[in-house]
Amino acid sequence: MLDTVTTTAVRELTFGEAIREALAEELRRDPRVCLLGEDVAEAGTAFKVLKGLVDEFGKNRIIDTPISEAGFTGLGVGAAMTGLRPVVDIMFGDFLTLIMDQLVNQAAKIHYMSGGAWKVPLVLRTTMGATRRSGAQHSQSLHAWPAHIPGLKVVVPSTPADAKGLLKSAIRDDNPVVFFEDKISYAKVKGPVPSHDYTIPLGVADVKREGTDITLVGTSSMVQVALGAATMLEQVGISAEVVDPRTLWPLDEKTLVESVKKTSRCIVIDEGYARYGVTGELASVIAEGAFYDLDGPVRRMGARHVPIPFAPPLEDATVPTEQQVVELARQMCHK
Amino acid sequence: MNTVSNVKKSSDVGVDRLLHMYRQMLAIRLFEERANDLYTRALMPGLAHLYIGEEAIAVGMCEALDRSDYITSTHRGHGHCLAKGATPDRMFAELLGKASGYCKGKGGSMHIADPATGNLGANAIVGGGAGIATGAAFSAKYLGTKQVSVCFFGEGALGQGVLYEEMNLAQLWKLPAIYVCENNMYNEYTHYSETTAGEILARPAAFGVAAERVDGQDVRAVYAAADRAVRRGRSGQGPTFLLCDTYRHHGHHVGDISREYYRPKDEEQRWMSERDPIKLCEGWVSAEGLADGDTLDRMRAELTATMDAAVQSAMAAPYPQPHEVDQDVYA
Ligand SMILES: Cc1ncc(C[n+]2csc(CCOP(=O)(O)OP(=O)(O)O)c2C)c(N)n1
Repeated sequence: MLDTVTTTAVRELTFGEAIREALAEELRRDPRVCLLGEDVAEAGTAFKVLKGLVDEFGKNRIIDTPISEAGFTGLGVGAAMTGLRPVVDIMFGDFLTLIMDQLVNQAAKIHYMSGGAWKVPLVLRTTMGATRRSGAQHSQSLHAWPAHIPGLKVVVPSTPADAKGLLKSAIRDDNPVVFFEDKISYAKVKGPVPSHDYTIPLGVADVKREGTDITLVGTSSMVQVALGAATMLEQVGISAEVVDPRTLWPLDEKTLVESVKKTSRCIVIDEGYARYGVTGELASVIAEGAFYDLDGPVRRMGARHVPIPFAPPLEDATVPTEQQVVELARQMCHK
Repeated sequence: MNTVSNVKKSSDVGVDRLLHMYRQMLAIRLFEERANDLYTRALMPGLAHLYIGEEAIAVGMCEALDRSDYITSTHRGHGHCLAKGATPDRMFAELLGKASGYCKGKGGSMHIADPATGNLGANAIVGGGAGIATGAAFSAKYLGTKQVSVCFFGEGALGQGVLYEEMNLAQLWKLPAIYVCENNMYNEYTHYSETTAGEILARPAAFGVAAERVDGQDVRAVYAAADRAVRRGRSGQGPTFLLCDTYRHHGHHVGDISREYYRPKDEEQRWMSERDPIKLCEGWVSAEGLADGDTLDRMRAELTATMDAAVQSAMAAPYPQPHEVDQDVYA
């Protein structure tokens, strides 16, 4: 084997495979890393993302829990304070409701309340995203909730390569980090992923495509939507720049603002509810930073303000689409 | 299971140990009296939930622990923190929000935390320590350190579902966790019988968690039960639940003065005159001739001086600088 070549090889991996690779590498690197969650061991989670990890790392480190989200998250907080680096798996982001005390009143505040004496190096992996026909309690994108809370970091990766590098950073971070994985992306989004050990710092946005007429800020699955829209816009002579903040907090305000200063127009697209949500925050950061360069108001596209319905035509109507982005962008660019 | 611990003689715990525990209880009592005083003189911001009357539980438990063992505490936490080794000057400083406090003034009375003494933090969420304490027991087992982890909570936390999730996990995974229920009979202003169905000890028993009822006013009994629980934890036999009967002499917090609507005066009188853990301990010490009155008087004088000096230093200490408000949000 040509080690030097293979260790730097770039393969195509799915989003899910990239996450598994990140976890495997960190489990191998640091014996303090362990995984806790429902059906994470032999089953490899409901989404099969962790499949095979238990074979390499054993049941002492890949730990099946009872269906006690608050219980094992709270346990993860205490374990993180006392020498471990647990990665807690919350199967559906909708179940954040069940762990909010552990996350918001405990994990997020312990470092501050103790005057910096204790640290909570916990990673909480969970999912987001609709259109799986899973109904109102398994389809929400609640990433705005933890992003509201000082003391938490929030990651919303969109590509396999980003997911790997960001997850490794999250595990090495000394703070509680909530890591949102889009369920549809697990199998559907493929991309090049370096096979070597690399990290991507939290708080650095990525320009996924350069452009000059309008900035499309997308998060998580909406980055793909923005990229698809950008391709369509090219056909009508609109050059769209696509910016992915990658982390909601820390937030790379500078890259967002610089992009919009250049293009003078902006749409923010996110799968969470638009009201009081991520789109509102990003839009106001951009408006504050790029006000005098803006051609018009920053526009927002998010999930429709309804519980996510089951019937496919209804559910599809809740999520922003490429077509909708294109239409709005054309209006804004008068083309 | 469910054995009532029966320590009959003080020699069962040893004279030196008993005197040490007496001293610790007295230290907490004197600390709390000063906290009460600071609060009523409007020198202390926030709320103060006093531990007076319950001292034997924190002291008996912590007597069985090493410095490196873990505890989580509650809103009524001063006693736990002191018993685990906190120093009164930094405690008072934190109560007053001063920069020299355990949390640099950012925590306050209900959030004292200190890695050096294994104090994972007092918690103002009822039942809030359950996950953290169980997690510390988890890491102790994972890392093979032989530490144990004690979760103190009031009987009000029996109403919190997360406690049962944690006990289930602790028993499943044989974690060295000790759940110490301080049953002072009142969830704030409501008698626990109005909030708690069935037998309390049946709850840990449902998970197969070893459980004992303990006279929480007898520091010897608490120590003996704690010692058993600690041995069980260190030897890999899993968690223990201790139900300690106790009573708080003061109100739920310092401002809770008219209490007759929820708690009869004669009940208070009875617990204070007949069941005060410090008076009981003094009684055993003198009846069994373990120390003379002078020794106890000297102890009291010394502790009084320490506590007064601690209050003085905390009062004189500066507040944190305004710019510190943004520090320690992230590690
Ligand atoms: C989750 C939660 N609910 C309510 C409160 C308000 N509260 C503070 S102390 C308390 C009563 C606690 O009773 P108990 O646990 O028995 O402790 P004690 O005060 O008797 O020591 C309540 C309801 C809280 N802090 N946390």
